[in-house]
Amino acid sequence: MRDERPVEMLLGLVALSTTTALVLIAVFIFIEGVPVIARVGPAQFLLGRRWAPDAGSFGIFNMLAGTVWVTVGALCLGVPLGLACAIFLSEVAPRPLARMLKPALELLAAIPSVVYGFMGVVVLVPLVRTTLGGPGFSVLAASAVLAVMILPTITSITYDSLRAVPDSYREGSLALGAGRWQTIAMVLMPAARPGILAGVILGTGRALGETMAVLMVAGNALRAPTSPLDPVRTLTANIALEMGYAQGEHRQALLATGLVLFVVIMAANSVALALSSRRAGEGG
Amino acid sequence: MTAGAGGHKLRTVNLSVFYHRTQALHGISAAFGERLITAIIGPSGCGKTTLLRCLNRMNDHLPGFRLTGEVLLDGQSIYRPGTDLRRLRTVVGMVFQRPNPFPLSVFANVAYGPRVHGVSDRMELWATVERALREVGLWEEMRRRLDRPAPDLPLGQQQLVCLARLLAVRPEVILLDEPCSALDPLATLRIEDLMRRLKCRYTVIIVTHSMRQAARVSDRTIFMLDGRLIEEGPTAAIFTSPRDRRTEDYITGKLG
Repeated sequence: MRDERPVEMLLGLVALSTTTALVLIAVFIFIEGVPVIARVGPAQFLLGRRWAPDAGSFGIFNMLAGTVWVTVGALCLGVPLGLACAIFLSEVAPRPLARMLKPALELLAAIPSVVYGFMGVVVLVPLVRTTLGGPGFSVLAASAVLAVMILPTITSITYDSLRAVPDSYREGSLALGAGRWQTIAMVLMPAARPGILAGVILGTGRALGETMAVLMVAGNALRAPTSPLDPVRTLTANIALEMGYAQGEHRQALLATGLVLFVVIMAANSVALALSSRRAGEGG
Repeated sequence: MTAGAGGHKLRTVNLSVFYHRTQALHGISAAFGERLITAIIGPSGCGKTTLLRCLNRMNDHLPGFRLTGEVLLDGQSIYRPGTDLRRLRTVVGMVFQRPNPFPLSVFANVAYGPRVHGVSDRMELWATVERALREVGLWEEMRRRLDRPAPDLPLGQQQLVCLARLLAVRPEVILLDEPCSALDPLATLRIEDLMRRLKCRYTVIIVTHSMRQAARVSDRTIFMLDGRLIEEGPTAAIFTSPRDRRTEDYITGKLG
């Protein structure tokens, strides 16, 4: 008999190294980021409106607001679309069609984000500029691009949660004379709610973290937007734009920005994870 | 609504059912008397559930489903084009083998039927929920727990909630697909008692794998084998003096 222990140890080591990478990244960001936040003061750092690295002012409020605007916008566009896609694929489309469409939809996630940004610059930005006015590089353009990017996440998780609802619920509802839409709205969606929420939160995490596509279409002006047509700079775009030349405290401030993002996205993902495991626990 | 000819609420005429190329039912002609309990018995796979599900068209969406012959409700074909499925299913309601309360509160479960048929008045819904729960004898137990999630109840109570959910839409025919097969003996007795009370007002058709249950509760019995109706008659006659050899073999345990 062959000794399997070396293989087991090797696999264990690989598994461990990925987790170690996560921990190391977290530790690094904390060590680099926390001193600046401590020096500036957490409130001043988060709510300060002046970002002037040369003058030593580090307030990320404008970018924070930008990130919130863009993300909320992406959710407003992406969630209804994603839910509609999932409901169609799971409950309306004939099975063979759904089996063809779902992988195609998931391939959306495989397109590099710079391509999304490119499409945004070439198609969306001029469209916004000519039809709605403003510079075109705007919250709206960024949100629209992000909406398409988070569509696969939301659709595919919602679809899986709907498919996981037992057929006995569908039959029970139809047997009471309910219509198909009533069954979807009153039984299936409530039954799938934890999974749908998890999908939306994961999509939110993706929208918060997306950098390149947003950077290309958002205009990156350093002020808080007041309308969806205003240009905007997000936290991620700011890091990507300035990291190349940042030195000393400026560099640390950017890492502190990363820390803020890291915490928010980790929290979102943890909530999503908790929701989806709660659903698994409810089965039976 | 008035009864069909001869006091038969429901009749099938030469009913055959196919799934793709497989024939599941062969020319079934059976009658279900109004305000009687009719039991459909037979070994697993004999087509008794298929027959039951034809009576409110719950087979329609199954892949490859095709049907010839007729199903008549009060003398009217339910498979004729233009039949209002939603109305048919409020007249002919169904309770399933495994209790399937929705993942909602007891109240929302029982109020579900009236709600999907357009009742939104709170008082009216409360009255309907109370009436339906009283009818299944669950009101006293449930009146203070109406906001509890129905799937958290014991299985027996879940099945009663499903029955109440059905009664809330005021059906005329109740189809029961092995309603006790997931339940313990006490819960089974409770459902059987309830069936005897329900037949004063409803036409009840029950598929069961338990011959003793058929003997205990039903007025008439239909015995099926391999998709064919072998024998039909008053329950006492079927169980004491079956005319067909195969019926006798089945009820004496030599078959199935």
